[in-house]
Amino acid sequence: MSQTQQQLTSASVEGPAGPARQNDFDPSSILRPTSLTQNRMPWWTGLAVLAVSALFGAALSSLISFNFALWFVFTAVLYVMISYAVTRAKVNRRQARDKMWKNLVYLAFIIALLPLFSVIWSVTSIGIPGLLEPGFLASDMQGIDGTTDQRSQEEGAPVLGGIRHALVGSLLITLTATFISVPIGLMTSIYLVEYARGGKLSRAITFFVDVMTGIPSIVAGLFGAAAMGWFLGVGNSLGLPLPSRSTMGITAAIALSVLMIPVVVRTTEEMLRVVPNELREASYALGVRKWRTILKVVIPTAISGIAAGVTLAIARVIGETAPILVTAGFVVSNNWNLFQGWMTALPVYIFRQFQNPTSPNFSDPSHQRAWAAALVLIIIVMGLNLTARIIATIFAPKKTGR
Amino acid sequence: MSKSITAKDLNVYYGDFLAVEGVNIEIAARSVTAFIGPSGCGKTTFLRSLNRMHEVLPGARVEGQLLLDDDDIYGPGVDPVTVRSMVGMVFQRPNPFPTMSIRDNVLAGYRLNGARMSKSQADGIVEGALRGANLWNEVKDRLDKPGSGLSGGQQQRLCIARTVAVKPEVILMDEPCSALDPISTLAIEDLISELQKEYTIVIVTHNMQQAARVSQKTAFFNIAGTGKPGKMIEYAETSTIFNNPTNQQTERYVSGKFG
Repeated sequence: MSQTQQQLTSASVEGPAGPARQNDFDPSSILRPTSLTQNRMPWWTGLAVLAVSALFGAALSSLISFNFALWFVFTAVLYVMISYAVTRAKVNRRQARDKMWKNLVYLAFIIALLPLFSVIWSVTSIGIPGLLEPGFLASDMQGIDGTTDQRSQEEGAPVLGGIRHALVGSLLITLTATFISVPIGLMTSIYLVEYARGGKLSRAITFFVDVMTGIPSIVAGLFGAAAMGWFLGVGNSLGLPLPSRSTMGITAAIALSVLMIPVVVRTTEEMLRVVPNELREASYALGVRKWRTILKVVIPTAISGIAAGVTLAIARVIGETAPILVTAGFVVSNNWNLFQGWMTALPVYIFRQFQNPTSPNFSDPSHQRAWAAALVLIIIVMGLNLTARIIATIFAPKKTGR
Repeated sequence: MSKSITAKDLNVYYGDFLAVEGVNIEIAARSVTAFIGPSGCGKTTFLRSLNRMHEVLPGARVEGQLLLDDDDIYGPGVDPVTVRSMVGMVFQRPNPFPTMSIRDNVLAGYRLNGARMSKSQADGIVEGALRGANLWNEVKDRLDKPGSGLSGGQQQRLCIARTVAVKPEVILMDEPCSALDPISTLAIEDLISELQKEYTIVIVTHNMQQAARVSQKTAFFNIAGTGKPGKMIEYAETSTIFNNPTNQQTERYVSGKFG
């Protein structure tokens, strides 16, 4: 190899400038290998290294005491180290370092995903039996007391009681919160994008929306309770036929909308901003007024993003516990009326079943119901995320059509 | 249909910045007028001031008079939306509405304004406008397909059809062919010379051959330097501008010595 290279080098250096210098160094030799396949390792190298490190990882972990977590940790560490060493020995340092960082990035990604899969796995495996209990979705907790649960745990009677009232509560409260937040949030973002011209007001709105994003949910709950309490107090002193207690579904919806509005503003603002200015100008140039342009060109163009953003905002608040607990309370029976009486939401139901089992001494049935309710909640949230994606695809402006 | 345009001592400002200074021009009805000049010389700004489109930028304003036939479009109490419904505009990049079908794109001027019409009226408008834009034969079988599925040149003709559909008095074109290939450009140029029979057309172009091909009169704009206002240097018959200009700057520009 060096023979041919030297010949080439001296030939290429030789020229009118003078006689060729012997043993000259060719700069390209540090840049590129001499054969096209030199710096490649066979495709199975990675698999082989993985197998070896899994083997040694298992051996190492069984030295201490074998379990899967330890095995995973040892395998990961060994894999990163061995593949670095092999690449460095076989190829070069640069590629070895590249490989190491690539492995570390993949590892970080896997570690980040572990909690998600762990949660899904444990909730599904523990929650399925409760979910399959007949009448779990169709009944509430009316008439379920300690003796029922005791019989279930001791004599193997079926676990009675269900989450119908919690499903109804979550549905009503979240939908009402959406109906309150979406118009307010959408109009705010329309103002920010279409009308505000970078003035003080728009900067103040942006700032306060950011502040609102950071409000702890329990504070939003207290705000909802206090606001409704004040409103009812004023209304009652005027002699209006209003309930005297502020604990009801609508209060929870108001508290949730405090959490939801900033999310809706942020996502819809983003979506309106990406609508190309050319479309607005095209509409103006046809003699269309600004509000009509916004209503008929800008919003339809951005509708997929807006709908997806709203769905994600719903998914974000449907899991809130604290604000609903302090505003709507907790009951065992079904309540369809947002404006009268206490109401249960799914997260509050889970919290109560864990924290205060129906029968303090025989808590297994309560825990089973809590896990099943958690599974239902996860299914709802995942369903909403999926819906957001489907909506985004369906409403997206059509690109083809030739 | 079709009105003349007269600018008298027109200054266009963006905030405090004077972008175009002292334009005096008379554009005859049913003619094609080309604006040429180097980048940044204010020809697009002046074109956009002809239908008050420059006002979508904050702080934009105008001094002087701009007459459409005899009506000052910057007069007190004039609604810019009405001005824009009389003075249509075609943009540099084809911009059909992505949410609408080809048919709805042509009808956009009516639909977006909430105008009611029977289906036969709508069909008549669509066919007339698409025929007027030389696009009917290419799209008549797929009027319900999205407009964004057409080729760039077809999209631009769709935009022209959309503009023609609302029967404006004047059509402004801001470099309508700069994003198109030569064949599509030729189609648009043919279209311009046909539209000229019915409409007053003002076209901004960087392509001097195009100006020479399509226009009867040409205005040359130039700028003295960065931060200085753009000015209209010379306005004459197109043949005069290209063959026998009176101003030295024009001569240097059209002969390719700068710009």
